[in-house]
Amino acid sequence: MTVIFYISAALAVVAAILTITRANAVHSLLYFICSLLATAVMFFVLGAPFVAALVVIINAGAIMVLFVFVVMMLNLGPQTAERERTWLRPRTWIGPVLISALLIVELVYALVYSRAGDTVGKAVEPAAVGVALFGPYLLAVELASMLLLAGLLGAYHLGRGVLKFRGGR
Amino acid sequence: MTAIVPVPVGLTVAALLFCIGLIGVLVRRNIIVILLSIEMMFNACGLAFVFAGSYWLQPDGQVMYFFILTVAAAEVSVGLSLVLQMYRQFGSLDVNTINRMRG
Repeated sequence: MTVIFYISAALAVVAAILTITRANAVHSLLYFICSLLATAVMFFVLGAPFVAALVVIINAGAIMVLFVFVVMMLNLGPQTAERERTWLRPRTWIGPVLISALLIVELVYALVYSRAGDTVGKAVEPAAVGVALFGPYLLAVELASMLLLAGLLGAYHLGRGVLKFRGGR
Repeated sequence: MTAIVPVPVGLTVAALLFCIGLIGVLVRRNIIVILLSIEMMFNACGLAFVFAGSYWLQPDGQVMYFFILTVAAAEVSVGLSLVLQMYRQFGSLDVNTINRMRG
């Protein structure tokens, strides 16, 4: 099981790197879905089956489908991918990569010297998560529902004129 | 049954995913890929939360992932409708075309 964690961690990182280096938006999306599914496997072997199911159903299933729909609606041509490719030269990405490398070195330094032990290898059951969600976190769950309603209304309002633009369909 | 992972390793994976997302936000000009990178950073934060939750054997980490997922879903729905409006107004997904207050 520990080996599966390392394999899926490597897969998630490689797929994430491929996500931000592909010029075509659809390729980026598909690699990011791979990264999300690898993360779901990591959650599962860490003993969080509830979150693993949430990632597969909501993150990879619903949110990414939303992205795919938008990419399909916009119907970007090959010239967009070509222009993206001209942006991906080393001159463009060397600065951000150096800054992020500095950040990762600091984080790894702090983590290595934290002297924390290993995970204990026991699962946290979905029942315990549900009890926590509807016990001490009940108010936050209500706030989350209000946030989702606000997101729904915002998306409806902002996306209202778009279909008219696409030819009245 | 479940994996036994050293804490620095698991949190380093989360930090790597976060930094890759950060590079994506800083480097890319396509707004859809920028939104994807923001999703990646959300997901990396959630991974750190769930990892800490499984270290302490508490459900709170998974509860936090639930809230992160809610925020990500709301952000993506509003963000993608803004992308559609941007494509309608400017005919492009390049963020450099919208760097003026009055286009």
